[in-house]
Amino acid sequence: MSSDLSEKILEYVDQLGSVDTLDLAKHMQVDHQKVVGIVKSLQAAGDLITVEQQVSKRWELTDEGKTVVDKGSHEFLVYSAIPAEGIAQSAIMQAIPNARVGFSKAMSSGWITVTKNAGEPIVARKVDDIKDTVRDHLQLILAKSPDEVTDEQKQEYKKRKLLQEVVTKSFLLGKGKNFATSVEKPETELTQEMIASGSWKEKNFKPYNLDSLGISPERGHLHTLLKVRDQFRQIFLEMGFSEMPTNNFVESSFWNFDALFQPQQHPARDAHDTFFISEPKLSTKFPSDYLERVRRVHSEGGYGSQGYGYEWKIKEAQKNLLRTHTTAVSARMLYQLAQKEFHPAKYFSIDRVFRNETLDATHLAEFYQVEGLIVDHNLTLGDLIGTLYEFFKKLGISQLNFKPAYNPYTEPSMEIFCYHTGLHKWIEVGNSGVFRPEMLLPMGLPEDVNVIAWGLSLERPTMIKYGLNNIRDLVGPRVNIQMVHDNPICRLEK
Amino acid sequence: MPIIGVKRDLLFKSLGQEYTDDQFSDLCFEFGLELDEVTTEKQMITNEQGAEQSAGASEDIVYRIEIPANRYDLLCLEGLVLGLLVFQGKLSPPRYKAVTPEKGSVQKLIVTPATKLIRPYAVAAVLRNITFNQDSYKSFIDLQDKLHQNICRKRSLVAIGTHDLDTVVGPFTYDAKPPSDIKFQALNQDKEYTATELMDLYSTHAQLKQYLHIIKDSPVYPIIYDKNGVVLSMPPIINGNHSRITLNTRNVFIECTALDLTKAKIVLDTLICMFSQYCIDKYTAECCEVLLPDGTVTRYPELAYREEVVNIQKTNTYIGISEPADKIAKLLTKMCLKSEVANSEDQVIVEVPPSRHDVIHACDIYEDVAVSYGYNNIKKTIPKTATIGAQFPLNKLSDQLREQIAQAGFTEVLTFSLCSRDDIATKLGRNINDIPAVHISNPKTLEFQVARTTLVPGLLKTLAANKKMPLPMKLFEVSDVVIRDETAEVGARNERRGCALNCNRTPGFEIIHGLLDRLMQLLEIPRSSNKDMTGYYLQAVDDPAYFPQRCAEVVANGQVIGIMGVLHPDVIMKFELTHPVACLEINIEPFV
Repeated sequence: MSSDLSEKILEYVDQLGSVDTLDLAKHMQVDHQKVVGIVKSLQAAGDLITVEQQVSKRWELTDEGKTVVDKGSHEFLVYSAIPAEGIAQSAIMQAIPNARVGFSKAMSSGWITVTKNAGEPIVARKVDDIKDTVRDHLQLILAKSPDEVTDEQKQEYKKRKLLQEVVTKSFLLGKGKNFATSVEKPETELTQEMIASGSWKEKNFKPYNLDSLGISPERGHLHTLLKVRDQFRQIFLEMGFSEMPTNNFVESSFWNFDALFQPQQHPARDAHDTFFISEPKLSTKFPSDYLERVRRVHSEGGYGSQGYGYEWKIKEAQKNLLRTHTTAVSARMLYQLAQKEFHPAKYFSIDRVFRNETLDATHLAEFYQVEGLIVDHNLTLGDLIGTLYEFFKKLGISQLNFKPAYNPYTEPSMEIFCYHTGLHKWIEVGNSGVFRPEMLLPMGLPEDVNVIAWGLSLERPTMIKYGLNNIRDLVGPRVNIQMVHDNPICRLEK
Repeated sequence: MPIIGVKRDLLFKSLGQEYTDDQFSDLCFEFGLELDEVTTEKQMITNEQGAEQSAGASEDIVYRIEIPANRYDLLCLEGLVLGLLVFQGKLSPPRYKAVTPEKGSVQKLIVTPATKLIRPYAVAAVLRNITFNQDSYKSFIDLQDKLHQNICRKRSLVAIGTHDLDTVVGPFTYDAKPPSDIKFQALNQDKEYTATELMDLYSTHAQLKQYLHIIKDSPVYPIIYDKNGVVLSMPPIINGNHSRITLNTRNVFIECTALDLTKAKIVLDTLICMFSQYCIDKYTAECCEVLLPDGTVTRYPELAYREEVVNIQKTNTYIGISEPADKIAKLLTKMCLKSEVANSEDQVIVEVPPSRHDVIHACDIYEDVAVSYGYNNIKKTIPKTATIGAQFPLNKLSDQLREQIAQAGFTEVLTFSLCSRDDIATKLGRNINDIPAVHISNPKTLEFQVARTTLVPGLLKTLAANKKMPLPMKLFEVSDVVIRDETAEVGARNERRGCALNCNRTPGFEIIHGLLDRLMQLLEIPRSSNKDMTGYYLQAVDDPAYFPQRCAEVVANGQVIGIMGVLHPDVIMKFELTHPVACLEINIEPFV
């Protein structure tokens, strides 16, 4: 049915060249709103017609106004009802509808007068002849000659609720670029049938709304931090490093501390800093000759060292703990390396470590440590610095600064600072150094073999990269999964 | 790393130069220190105790400087100034010496056999004819506190007592007595208390309460008294009031009692090296004799100078520089290690002073050469080490599977390795005693009681924290759990697991089942229709965490590798969830 109407409208436009929808509605005897609806759908079909909005205002009589035209204004009716001898006001009031308005208007027009007779108000005509201008004016408006009534008068009648102003929106239609008298509904999609039949050649296609969003693809996601981990692994692999087997969270104090020449009274070995294990409490399987060499270097020195000069206790070394650094694994790797004929090596790992620390916005009890080390004859501190520049270049960092620092198992030790171009300041990004001979020589490594190493946390650079202030927004069960969904691919060099 | 606070103006006066904050910060950086904070005493008190406590406190600028943990010689203004001035070449390193007074007048400290039961070592020395002012007196007290907190390990290894020698009479006795037999007027007390009473008194003392445990349960307490029985100190808790030092003290008797003799000697040397500059006879201390129960007599302080000979070529090679011997000697002297070129010219003889107990190996000397040369002046080189990179096979497989599970529409989560006992036991319908979990002995909160034995709780907690996300939720994690295993070297081992779940209005068992099928396809494990030793299949099982008749073991190549099913409503409720969950957890290590 509506397509019939559409075609009818198009025929009118064809015949008349241009036509207003209000006129169309009248001609077609259809509700104007319906015509407007059809025009909208015609518009969507491409440049079939031109559409221009028209706004028209006109005056219309209210029901009360129409009564005035039929019977005369209220004041006229009051005046007409007064006999020549006058009449009691109360009688008039009861006899005429709207007498109150009529009375006051007639009074102010000077048509009637009120006198008192024995306490009762009597109304009498004041003039002999009157002209009912209100009725005349309203008749003019009804007769579509509103211009003969002044605006002030119209406003007055509006106030008296005899007139109302009606705003009509309509559309002026004309022929469009692709005008035709028949409508073909535009296709939304190209279909298999259209391709098979070739009908697509004759069809009109509805244009796409390119300002809307597409449908989000169905997909899974990798975790934000682990995407960064992937990139760090990639960098180490590109640089020829081998990944260490770090899948052992539980470690003995021996490998975590003693093997690294970290004295048994060192504060890091306090229960305040380290998670100790109650079950399984102790480790007992150590290489006994190596254990003895470690004991000796701690308590008495040797290998050119003074040692720490304290009584080293096996009981301390046996205590199991959750490893505080992956360097415990590095120590195991270096020990293994020393048991065979020496060959140079580069090792790396990125895995979890544990600290019994006070938790805050940037510290958790577990975090990922990134660690790299190179083992070879006569490596220098300059080699470490050069390697760090290459490593950080791959992370998009080119300005480095090294600060002397202290670490029980490296000497020299360097804190690594980088210049953050976004924050405009130097920030500490990691630690590095040359492993002490007291750590390497008891393992059995040749004397001229040095180990250069560095470490950093994975979370900190990730938080800086993504502007996160709370580590719990990155790691753990309270992470907002939406963040994982929306996270971009990780390009550290960008 | 310890942090010390020094008054800026006093520091600059001592350094003989004014600096801007940035200039001083750069100097610190080069020397291996860090200007941590620029503040005032008033500000520090306000931050720690609130504004009302800070009224009247000094508003002088204070520099808070971070000191490397092994540089005890930099823990006070005196040492810091000396170190920096020598570093800048403005001062030569001083030479410390211990002198023996005339025969008969040497102070003696007699150690009784009873001390073996509690705190066997003691050392002592005298600072003769010293003059303190307000600042140096405070610095002297602060240094003792810094040493106590750091090398002395909160007084457990070494405890320092300093006394006005003119108020007591030697010889002194270091003894150990039952607490009830000890009675004296302790520092800042107005009357005498027995040791037992003192321990009670100090149990609420803000500072002292932390040291009480060191001797509390011992049958005897350490005690030092003079010839007349006047108590000097009850280490490591408190000194006597009688011998307290004041601004007017001219002769200071220092005693250190210890469990570790080496550290006691370091502490004594450090105090002497830092404060002997205020004695009339500068950088000089007076010896004391310590008489041990076995009759041996040792003189302290040792203030020993040690000679180390370092090879120039080795030094250069270690750092990656090529400096001549005389230059290296100069670089070292700037670090308070007075050095000279040996006759052979390929060696430098380094004198390690008693203020540098951190130098225990040639590598410590190499470091000082590097620091003195400037880390950032060292030429960058790339090691020629040729190696071929390799992935750890388990990690490689994990990453390949993670990628595939994500491609199958699951979202990766990252949860903690540590959790509460309830997480892995009660909440999953199990008894903790039946689970081979690794238990942590010193957890600060419930969240760190055990290492997880399953990935399921972490995934469920992630679900609970993300209830606003639209359903279905499909999550996964590939990570390690930790299992007690007597055959493992440390008694426990990690196991790499893959865990995935589907949460929706209905559990969607078929969805995680589909994921399992897909994983097996990727791992080239065929489906075993006759349930034999090759391929994988499911076999029904009862598990308290899963709904009855909705749970199966995953068997691959004859080995049970995991479990899958619809989680039990009790589990759902205990993790504060509302929707059904189907879940799969397998060990991926057999597929490496």
